[in-house]
Amino acid sequence: MEDGRRVLRYVDALSEAVALEMARDDKVFLFGLDVDDHKSIQGSTRGLLERFGKERVFTTPLSEDAMTGVAIGAAMAGMRPIHVHIRMDFLMLCMNQIVNIASKARYMYGGQVKVPMVVRSIIGKSWGQGAQHSQALHSLFMHLPGMKVAAPSNAHDAKGCTIAAIRDDNPVLMMEHRLLYPTEAVVNEGAYVVPPGRSRVCRFGRDVTIVGVSNMVVEALRAAELLAEAGVSAEVIDPIWLAPLDSETIVESARRTRKVLIADNGWLNCGASAEIAARLAEALAGEGPIQIKRVGFAPTPCPPSPELENAFYPNPGTIAAAAYALAKPDAPAWAPDPAATKLAYQLQFKGPF
Amino acid sequence: MPATKSSRPKKADPARLYRAVRRIRRVEEEVARIYPSDKIKSPVHLSIGQEGIAVGVCDPLEPRDAVSGTYRGHATYLAKGGDLNAMMAELFGKDTGCARGKGGSMHLVDMKANVLGCSAVVGTTVPVAAGFAMAQKMRKTGAVVACFLGDGASEEGCFPETLNFAALHKLPVIFVCENNGFAIHEPLAKRWATTKLCERVRTYGIPATRFTDSDTAKIRDHIAKALPAMRKGGGPIFLECLTWRWREHVGPGEDYDAGFRSKADLAKWQKKDPVVVLGKKLDKKLKATIDAEIEAELAAAVNFAETSPWPDAKELYSDVFA
Ligand SMILES: Cc1ncc(C[n+]2csc(CCOP(=O)(O)OP(=O)(O)O)c2C)c(N)n1
Repeated sequence: MEDGRRVLRYVDALSEAVALEMARDDKVFLFGLDVDDHKSIQGSTRGLLERFGKERVFTTPLSEDAMTGVAIGAAMAGMRPIHVHIRMDFLMLCMNQIVNIASKARYMYGGQVKVPMVVRSIIGKSWGQGAQHSQALHSLFMHLPGMKVAAPSNAHDAKGCTIAAIRDDNPVLMMEHRLLYPTEAVVNEGAYVVPPGRSRVCRFGRDVTIVGVSNMVVEALRAAELLAEAGVSAEVIDPIWLAPLDSETIVESARRTRKVLIADNGWLNCGASAEIAARLAEALAGEGPIQIKRVGFAPTPCPPSPELENAFYPNPGTIAAAAYALAKPDAPAWAPDPAATKLAYQLQFKGPF
Repeated sequence: MPATKSSRPKKADPARLYRAVRRIRRVEEEVARIYPSDKIKSPVHLSIGQEGIAVGVCDPLEPRDAVSGTYRGHATYLAKGGDLNAMMAELFGKDTGCARGKGGSMHLVDMKANVLGCSAVVGTTVPVAAGFAMAQKMRKTGAVVACFLGDGASEEGCFPETLNFAALHKLPVIFVCENNGFAIHEPLAKRWATTKLCERVRTYGIPATRFTDSDTAKIRDHIAKALPAMRKGGGPIFLECLTWRWREHVGPGEDYDAGFRSKADLAKWQKKDPVVVLGKKLDKKLKATIDAEIEAELAAAVNFAETSPWPDAKELYSDVFA
């Protein structure tokens, strides 16, 4: 394209963002288990070692807790570390450092330090990987004052959120999604930011608002197509950043449709969907009736058996059926043809990772 | 409460050791063969090449003793007497699986055989194994727990924390570090300031022994000798067993073309292949009989997995709580 835009894969957008920032600012460095091997975190750190050398791109021992503390210390000293984890589950070993130091140091120190670190993590949708490798734990981090959380759903936002996260003076958690890595979008060539606190309306509609989180945006867009065939016009909103969360855009949409389905890529209890629903209820109180419904992971750990796993995750079919029921409460229940509810990239995906 | 029992470990038997390593090898080869068919929808971390350690450690153990494994746990599970049919069915995601389709390859468990299960999060099982051992001590069962971990797991904070606690409380734990030199693709040189793992462990007051060629019989004898004292409250021991992962980190293939490790190293280790080394000690006819029995058992297990039913969809919600 003439204006410096081209189609790029999500995974390549991630490494391009880091490369641009490392070239611009020599305080940026990237480390984490496996970032420098030939698989380079599913390809998302590809080329960085060759370009920036092993002082700025390096692996670590399997010591997530200590390495998070190291990132925090380096950030306090003026560096801008990016700490990469191949799976979100491993952030649980970093919780103490993230919760007790990173997110509150600025405040506790009376403004004397900054912790400009980025933590990259990836959700691994199951494919039989079981309960410990299929978790989306964003809500744990949304809970913390002082933490920012981005959950980009496409290559354009993956690049823009990463750059924004690196430039941010606070700890930022990037929640990426394994199944989004091969998906393509139009991405600008130079550096740009997708800043915290601005949701995007991805598709306009009249009858029902669907809010998707992370890859649920993609599934919600597919659901919206299925709904259109059934005569329901769905608006789809991507919050992009979960903390700080722009609920204003969601409220505006809900004010028109009065019907909101929140599709989270995680459990519902105390999750992102609960927060969005609470904000809607607070903002729209006294403006007449509003209906809110949520879909997300089943309230169980993720089972590996394919039969059970299918029932664990929301899919475009379950999203569409729930949205239809909201939009047309008096019509008989409707669900799209199961064959139409699978996403192309899910069909393509083969294990092990 | 059962009283502390001390018993003499059973005698070494080359045929038993051979059967155990050959059986694990063949099971994993079969898993690798089936894998591309997509019937096994669970990422497999094969221990091909490393089987001799699990067998050496588990052979002298008794049913009351327990093992704690890693996500590379097929060998541990089988060596300790985990049910092969149930393992195969678990890999296929069937209702008859050892975790009823809720664990997968990385989480083989058989509490009847005292296989304590595995975790996909590196190192997390190490303190859990110590806790299980502490309960044995408190309840005076005389049982020990063999806790398997990789060289990578030794870098996690909970590893030294557990060593200290186990030594302090003289817990009956056999820590077995299967040191294959890599964590995924990262070699030790990028992760350890020195390779003196045993020296590090000894500073906690834990006797530590290094096996440079992972000889199954030698490891077996070492454990057999250590057991009586451990059962009587002698406290933990540590083994570092150098070994080689023949296949890729996860999946059925190899990764020698990837530039981070060489085929020459594989060849070196293949000369010490426990299946070959132990097989050579046996009479040819006996060996052939054992091999045939293993093949029959394996074929039956695959058939069991294939023909077993899927879990019912409502099983998604069972066992969230006890
Ligand atoms: C806490 C944690 N960090 C990172 C990983 C990713 N990971 C999976 S296996 C592995 C390598 C572990 O190596 P080692 O303990 O030596 O065992 P091996 O695979 O060699 O048997 C890593 C880093 C993980 N599963 N858990």
